[in-house]
Amino acid sequence: MSVKSTAAKPRTPRAGAGTRGGVKRRGSGGEPELVQLLTPEGERVQHSDYSIDLSPDELRGLYRDMVLTRRFDAEATSLQRQGELGLWASLLGQEAAQIGSGRATRPDDYVFPTYREHGVAWCRGVDPANLLGMFRGVNHGGWDPNENNFHLYTIVIGSQTLHATGYAMGCAKDGTDSAVIAYFGDGASSQGDVAEAFTFAAVYNAPVVFFCQNNQWAISEPTEKQSRVPIYRRSEGYGFPGVRVDGNDVLAVLAVTKAALEHARSGQGPMLVEAFTYRMGAHTTSDDPTRYRLDEEREQWEVKDPIIRLKTYLEREGFADASWLTEIEAESEALGKRVREAVRTMPDPDTMAIFENVYADGHALVDEERAQFAEYLAGFEGGH
Amino acid sequence: MATMTIAKALNEALRKALETDPKVLLMGEDIGKLGGVFRITDGLQKDFGEGRVIDTPLAESGIVGTAIGLALRGYRPVVEIQFDGFVFPAYDQIVTQLAKMHARALGKIKLPVVIRIPYAGGIGAVEHHSESPEALFAHIAGLKVVSPATPQDAYWMLQQAIDCDDPVIFFEPKRRYWDKGEVAVDAIPHPLHAARTVREGTDLTLVAYGPMVKVCLEAAAAAAEEGRSLEVVDLRSLSPVDFDTLQASVERTGRLVVVHEAPVFVGMGAEIAARITERCFYLLQAPVLRVGGFHAPYPPARLEEEYLPGLDRVLDAVDRALAY
Ligand SMILES: Cc1ncc(C[n+]2csc(CCOP(=O)(O)OP(=O)(O)O)c2C)c(N)n1
Repeated sequence: MSVKSTAAKPRTPRAGAGTRGGVKRRGSGGEPELVQLLTPEGERVQHSDYSIDLSPDELRGLYRDMVLTRRFDAEATSLQRQGELGLWASLLGQEAAQIGSGRATRPDDYVFPTYREHGVAWCRGVDPANLLGMFRGVNHGGWDPNENNFHLYTIVIGSQTLHATGYAMGCAKDGTDSAVIAYFGDGASSQGDVAEAFTFAAVYNAPVVFFCQNNQWAISEPTEKQSRVPIYRRSEGYGFPGVRVDGNDVLAVLAVTKAALEHARSGQGPMLVEAFTYRMGAHTTSDDPTRYRLDEEREQWEVKDPIIRLKTYLEREGFADASWLTEIEAESEALGKRVREAVRTMPDPDTMAIFENVYADGHALVDEERAQFAEYLAGFEGGH
Repeated sequence: MATMTIAKALNEALRKALETDPKVLLMGEDIGKLGGVFRITDGLQKDFGEGRVIDTPLAESGIVGTAIGLALRGYRPVVEIQFDGFVFPAYDQIVTQLAKMHARALGKIKLPVVIRIPYAGGIGAVEHHSESPEALFAHIAGLKVVSPATPQDAYWMLQQAIDCDDPVIFFEPKRRYWDKGEVAVDAIPHPLHAARTVREGTDLTLVAYGPMVKVCLEAAAAAAEEGRSLEVVDLRSLSPVDFDTLQASVERTGRLVVVHEAPVFVGMGAEIAARITERCFYLLQAPVLRVGGFHAPYPPARLEEEYLPGLDRVLDAVDRALAY
């Protein structure tokens, strides 16, 4: 995939400057301008700092990624409703933010997700079924992070931004040009860990991209309850660039993230990307958004749907015809079916798994408790 | 006398505290319009306003740290931590600041901060949502730690905790939130730090707190069918511990089994076993036994039924104690 970006050589941040990492603020003092390459109407537009040049195949690939990711997500949501999963955190509406950024990474880059990055996992080649183990309650992770350079989901908000920074510091020490990307939410941006990650990344010039998916809500709290300035501007105070991109525009997200990763890998240190998007569903399947937000808000975002937007563009350019779209539909149905079967046949862990992997080197107390518990269970099964 | 769930009793207690004392403030994530993820603060922001029921940024260290500042200014903040596993970003503020400031100021300042934490397992949640970190707090001098097991106690203990001039870590047994019971809103409350004998017996004492009280009562009922008479003591307060009530019970029964969900190793049970052994050395007829969690991370949801001490594990320990 070729992405040409004119922002490969980012500027040095200047305090109080009107632009940051290619973002121009509107003179009116309203919302900052988003980097956008594809309008909600599906029209291709240019941006002075970020450009992208993709072949029809590559464009179709992004569409396919988003459709399959959405299908996977929908399947997981319905599996939760059917009692097959204990919980699900849907990414509905955030497909472009995840596919655009995920596809911007190189295989040797390392990704530190939070708990909603199913689309990024898809881009990294993690089997979608593996993502469901922790939501089904059979494990706390479910994949080997080093297989795809995709770290485990992190539930404690913001923790992973520090891990990402440390990992990036390690990459720099090793002299590689691999970069690291850390995902977090708008709510997470309030955590001390995230502030500390910014500090470390800045001080050590770590090759890390902080990728904030601002989906407008942290459970019931709107972004305004987290910050007085747009999140991308947080980086200013730490001395690295920040940029806000239209998170529902997969092309812009790809271009901006690619540029940010290049910025990091070329020795220029961290960069903050705020993907401005929207959580279309509930926070998780346990949440009830009707208590805190209005349907109209969702309706306003529906017209910005990332998938429809790209589809319109593909059709207009003649890059996707009906038969190809039908193929993708069929493929997504097959994915849904595969995931459903994988979940339903996912075995429960063995009871003794409680004592597995507590330590890498073993531990006498764990051994003792394991033996005692095994004995207890054996007595019980033997007609205790 | 009204019948209500623990969740409702806590909600009523918070309402009462907000009504009674204008200095009481609630702080936490999602406690406003949403009413908290467990709805413990349901309707309170609507009735008392955003100035008293405060949705905070998503930052636990920030929540507790600013609560300390508000307390220094004369307020009585009641903080909600969304789940047990998320108290740790605030642990530094709680341990290094909240717990010690009164002593450092030679007693000249008070820190009436309550930190409410829904804790322990049994609801099929993902990781960090089912932990029992109470020993980590009870270990810290300067903190008081309590955990109600019934709606009645939830109602009164929360108000008593808010009235208390010391920091109180208030552990709410989340899987019991929906258990119902009688609440006498006009009764004279049991002292906050006093244990309570909730079932009388003669053969052995079971001591528990929070979510395990119910399990112990069920175990005592099951044992009664086999002709065994178990006494059940609800500890209620974990710091301080009411060792007098416990000792009196053990003096009657001669045997003690401590039950909690938290890992046994270096847990509340270890402390109770050691103290009761000191106090009752000559009359104990069996070593004090402990039933609790393993030295392992809280397991994924599909294993929690086997991990959590249930009736069988409690009765197994009872059998062992009675066999001495
Ligand atoms: C330290 C910590 N505190 C609280 C929580 C509970 N919690 C889980 S998700 C969430 C909201 C997160 O919002 P945001 O960071 O915006 O990400 P989003 O879920 O919207 O993608 C909260 C409060 C947590 N997981 N970790």
